[in-house]
Amino acid sequence: MSNSEPNSEPNAEPIIVLKDVDKFFGDFQALKKINLTVKKGERIVVCGPSGSGKSTMIRCINRLEQHNAGQITVAGHVLTDQIKDIDAVRREVGMVFQNFNLFPHLSVIDNLMLAPRLVRNTGKIEAREKAMSLLERVRIPEQADKYPSQLSGGQQQRVAIARALCMNPEIMLFDEPTSALDPEMISEVLEVMTDLAQDGMTMICVTHEMGFARSVADEVVFMDEGEIVERNNPENFFNNPQHQRTKLFLSQILAH
Amino acid sequence: MTPVLESLTLIIESVPQILMGFGLTLQLLFLSGILGLILAILLLLMRISGSAYLSAPAMVYIYVFRGTPILVQIFIIYHGLAQFEAIRESIFWAILREPFGCGVLALTLNTGAYVSEILRGGVLGVERGLLEAGAALGLSKRHRFIHITTPIAVRLAIPAYSNDVISLMKSTALVSTITLLDMMGYARIVYAETYAPYEVFTSLMVIYLLMTWIIQRAFGLFERRMSRHIRQ
Repeated sequence: MSNSEPNSEPNAEPIIVLKDVDKFFGDFQALKKINLTVKKGERIVVCGPSGSGKSTMIRCINRLEQHNAGQITVAGHVLTDQIKDIDAVRREVGMVFQNFNLFPHLSVIDNLMLAPRLVRNTGKIEAREKAMSLLERVRIPEQADKYPSQLSGGQQQRVAIARALCMNPEIMLFDEPTSALDPEMISEVLEVMTDLAQDGMTMICVTHEMGFARSVADEVVFMDEGEIVERNNPENFFNNPQHQRTKLFLSQILAH
Repeated sequence: MTPVLESLTLIIESVPQILMGFGLTLQLLFLSGILGLILAILLLLMRISGSAYLSAPAMVYIYVFRGTPILVQIFIIYHGLAQFEAIRESIFWAILREPFGCGVLALTLNTGAYVSEILRGGVLGVERGLLEAGAALGLSKRHRFIHITTPIAVRLAIPAYSNDVISLMKSTALVSTITLLDMMGYARIVYAETYAPYEVFTSLMVIYLLMTWIIQRAFGLFERRMSRHIRQ
């Protein structure tokens, strides 16, 4: 999909809103007054040096981390300490991790069926059909009965994407999904993510895959030291970065 | 008969007499093994509940029962508790007046303390990322514990747990000190009749070793089954 055709409608509703969000780990401030709005169907790539708060930010969106100040709204739910139905919010937000985090004691198909069966009370046959169709979508239906340890890293990450999709999430978060992969396996995962983007999924991807950012993202967000330094469309972001820190980062990451 | 042949005959002849206590040894092992496991799970849940009111008593309990010899625990329960009238008049007296009840109780309380720590080790060994993945899918805390933590923790705990079952099996011999006639109790009777400690206790040792072998083998098979997802 080209950048001139944004996925989201211009006046689509914001589905994720972060307002003045702070996050501390002890004395260390990981997020400083973060403001970010993501509209339905938008595809955002987040990049920045390690320790810049990228992962922390997306982990706050499904409350794997709890923010200390500011407000986060996800699909109409405000995330607060009192929130009783955090599990309800999490069902709408799929997440893919750097280390896949597949359940090692369950076969691939059981990894996919677990949450729909337990959380959505989906019947066994229906859950299996849905799981198989998603395995086809990520192009590994033949691995359904294997255990995660029998798959390559790229295959495991595709299973992890299918597992998140089994819950029919409205939003997908990707936390450096290709960083733990051998180079030859990166493209198979990026292809699946590109497919997903073309189907109109709202996505936030923390990644250093700049080719993916160029071809898929509606917007690129650059973070450094817990702040959002710059947000722009890929064209301007790569060709005409506004901030010195962005220029420095891009020169480092694109140098090789 | 040569002395060697004489000894061998005595060793073999002791076996059926010692085995008269086999049933009691097995009962002690199974009853206290199962009750101890239930106790261990309760203690574990208290320890990881996140509430100080639950975890502190569990920690004190574990400290006391791991920190004192099991023989002392058996003596306190069998000889000590009977001193108190309140206990003699309580409903527990039905169990505590019998040496068998005291033996099962002491072994249960002791193994429960050890096993809860073994299980906790298994729970702590479960990768954080797996629980985060479960949370991200919307699984409740309870679902995560049952479907992610438990199966992985059980597999991690099996080797240490099988050690504890073997150790419990050996500890059952201590109840012969409170008049119970388990295999050790019968061995002591045979010894008193024959004055042949070497032969009688060799015979007893071999029986315990065979039991250990069976326990090891059973847990080995169980571990294989629980680890089938790791084998290529």
